[in-house]
Amino acid sequence: MSFEHHKDLLGLKDLGKEEITTILDVAVPMKDIIKRDIKKVPTLRGKVVVTLFYEPSTRTRTSFELAGKYLSADTVNLAVNTSSVQKGESLRDTIKTIEVMGADMVVIRHSMSGVPHYVSRNTSMRVINAGDGVHEHPTQGLLDMYSIREKKGTLEGLKVAIVGDILHSRVARSNIFGLQKFGCEVRVIGPSTLMPPGVEKLGVKKYFNIEEGLEGVDVINVLRIQRERQKKGLFPTLEEYANLYCLTRERVSRARPDVLVLHPGPMNRGVEISSEVADSVTSIINEQVTNGVAVRMALLYLMMGGSRDEIAG
Amino acid sequence: MRLLVKGGRVIDPANHLDEVADLLVENGVIREIRPGIPEAGAEVLDAAGKVVCPGFIDIHVHLREPGFEYKEDIASGTRAAAAGGFTSVCCMPNTCPVIDNNAVTGFIRRRAEEVGVVNVYPIGSITKQQEGKEIAEIADLVAAGCVAISDDGRPVMNAEIMRRALEYTKMFDIPVISHCEDLNLAEEGQMHEGYYSTLYGLKGIPAVAEEIMVARDILLAGATGSRVHFAHVSTRGSLNLIRQARQQGLRVTCEVTPHHLTLTDEVVGTYDTDTKVNPPLRSREDVEALRAALREGLVDCIATDHAPHELEAKDCEFNLASFGISGLETAVAVILSELVNPGELDLGEMVRLLAVNPARVLGLDKGTLTPGAAADITILDLNAVKEVVPASFHSKGKNNPFKGRRLRGWPWATIVSGKIVALNGEIMV
Repeated sequence: MSFEHHKDLLGLKDLGKEEITTILDVAVPMKDIIKRDIKKVPTLRGKVVVTLFYEPSTRTRTSFELAGKYLSADTVNLAVNTSSVQKGESLRDTIKTIEVMGADMVVIRHSMSGVPHYVSRNTSMRVINAGDGVHEHPTQGLLDMYSIREKKGTLEGLKVAIVGDILHSRVARSNIFGLQKFGCEVRVIGPSTLMPPGVEKLGVKKYFNIEEGLEGVDVINVLRIQRERQKKGLFPTLEEYANLYCLTRERVSRARPDVLVLHPGPMNRGVEISSEVADSVTSIINEQVTNGVAVRMALLYLMMGGSRDEIAG
Repeated sequence: MRLLVKGGRVIDPANHLDEVADLLVENGVIREIRPGIPEAGAEVLDAAGKVVCPGFIDIHVHLREPGFEYKEDIASGTRAAAAGGFTSVCCMPNTCPVIDNNAVTGFIRRRAEEVGVVNVYPIGSITKQQEGKEIAEIADLVAAGCVAISDDGRPVMNAEIMRRALEYTKMFDIPVISHCEDLNLAEEGQMHEGYYSTLYGLKGIPAVAEEIMVARDILLAGATGSRVHFAHVSTRGSLNLIRQARQQGLRVTCEVTPHHLTLTDEVVGTYDTDTKVNPPLRSREDVEALRAALREGLVDCIATDHAPHELEAKDCEFNLASFGISGLETAVAVILSELVNPGELDLGEMVRLLAVNPARVLGLDKGTLTPGAAADITILDLNAVKEVVPASFHSKGKNNPFKGRRLRGWPWATIVSGKIVALNGEIMV
């Protein structure tokens, strides 16, 4: 199958289980390419991918850029600070400008939810959401799912706990939407002030107590805590947050013995994850980063018209 | 100057009238209503199959002039009103300069005389410059023609200021129209807080941001004995508070908008900025509570909160878009199509909500077809089916979330002081 009928990837909510499986399957041979000595295949030669980031990001942007380059696409990064955006150009005009320069695809990150949808309506380029506000971060969701499937062999029926600031987390939402399509039991764990209203209606189990929430889970996905949330009065101090929710070895022991710990990075050691746990899972978290490139290669390939049969056999 | 409106179903709740009859207008005034009035040289408007009502009054519009003429002006806004079936509109004070003095009030009334096609009643500001610090010269505003005062668009957060404004206003027998929004609770909010704000990742405006201020102003109305009218009530909790206040005999009234009666927060999911409005589109439970309150008689008025914007204010990122719906040209059609034609709202009740009660709340000598009254008449075609096409609005604001919908039941003719100002969506003057 191919992605002919999807112009854009705006969120995992809109994707079917089969489509997600296709992306993850295609990412497997893509990962092999990354490990080669000569990391380049000619698949997307002559295609142009523009990354347009309105929020600071190192790893996601670099990941998209390298994914494009490994597939021989020309990738251009629009650094928002030095671009015409600073001159007050409207987003719509910026997008049009990129389009008429001949780009085939735009990868956009924005601090405001729904911006990729707005861009999608205003361009014929293909659009990938690289994180919009507190809405979705579909490629992070996909790489988390890839990492889980790689380690666990399957996604079906796993118990996955997401710990931290669920309210402001686009990673949490994309994980929830994606994992539920595979019958996973998703639990969200965090303080009441960082729980989005009506979160249970998303079909997840909500826990304020981390010990209870981690009981018997297969996967723990730890979210990064942003310090400005404390300033907004959503929790009293980072110390109190750490006392209540920091992932310590003792807390990890509540989960299944073969539990997989993920973190979208970068980590705040001693806040959401103890140094001890962080050190013990560093290799897996690094592998998540590699998987991120592989998943994005798969996505670029499929969205530019490639098919699974050609590459995954 | 005689106009004979012939053969329509005439509904005039103030006179318990609902029958097919002719209506004769002479020199801008209603002369008589009965079947079989001879034409006798009068201009004839054949209203057979149509519904003839007292002219509709929208007590909550933003005409944007002076100051924001790129969004709307008195000429375009009153044309939109006429096309939408309204014979009178009351314009909110959040202009630039603010309607907080005699001069701005006078300017608006003069402009309305010169270029307006429907009656315009200005609403003054509660505080100077709408800053919420010192009460405006309310006596001067009333003398200049303001029919109410309001903090619409910039709520008075300080309870002491609100208390003094209510006490002071008591001397003039006009209502204080309260826009209930606790700015701290609503800060940075983009849509109703609930399941859908979680799903769409937009910061929520909780129902309690409205309700806490409804509660405050009910308490202040009780403490001062003043009249408070609640603008654009949107939550079940607000209605419960207003019901209790009524039961205690307090002088509080309220209005709801067509969009809060018919759209839920779910529609925000496309990030269409035309769905961004303040108060936000609420949950299904809230919409159902508003509709129940209409049937119960708890709601006094339907008002549009017509809030036109220029294209650039809406063609942008959702978070950056301005709040508001350009609603004058769809309000009546939405109510007819979604509530009256499906049998949920009685036509007579609709006339009470759009004509009788708005006049009563503001003390206007309007809202009835009693012989001798000014001939302000709205005529409806319950069977007309038309698509909402914002590009063809008379309003400068094309921001309307009903775009593309086919609605059944539209205003057909709008008559102001005996003059046909709009017919079938076209402006006749």
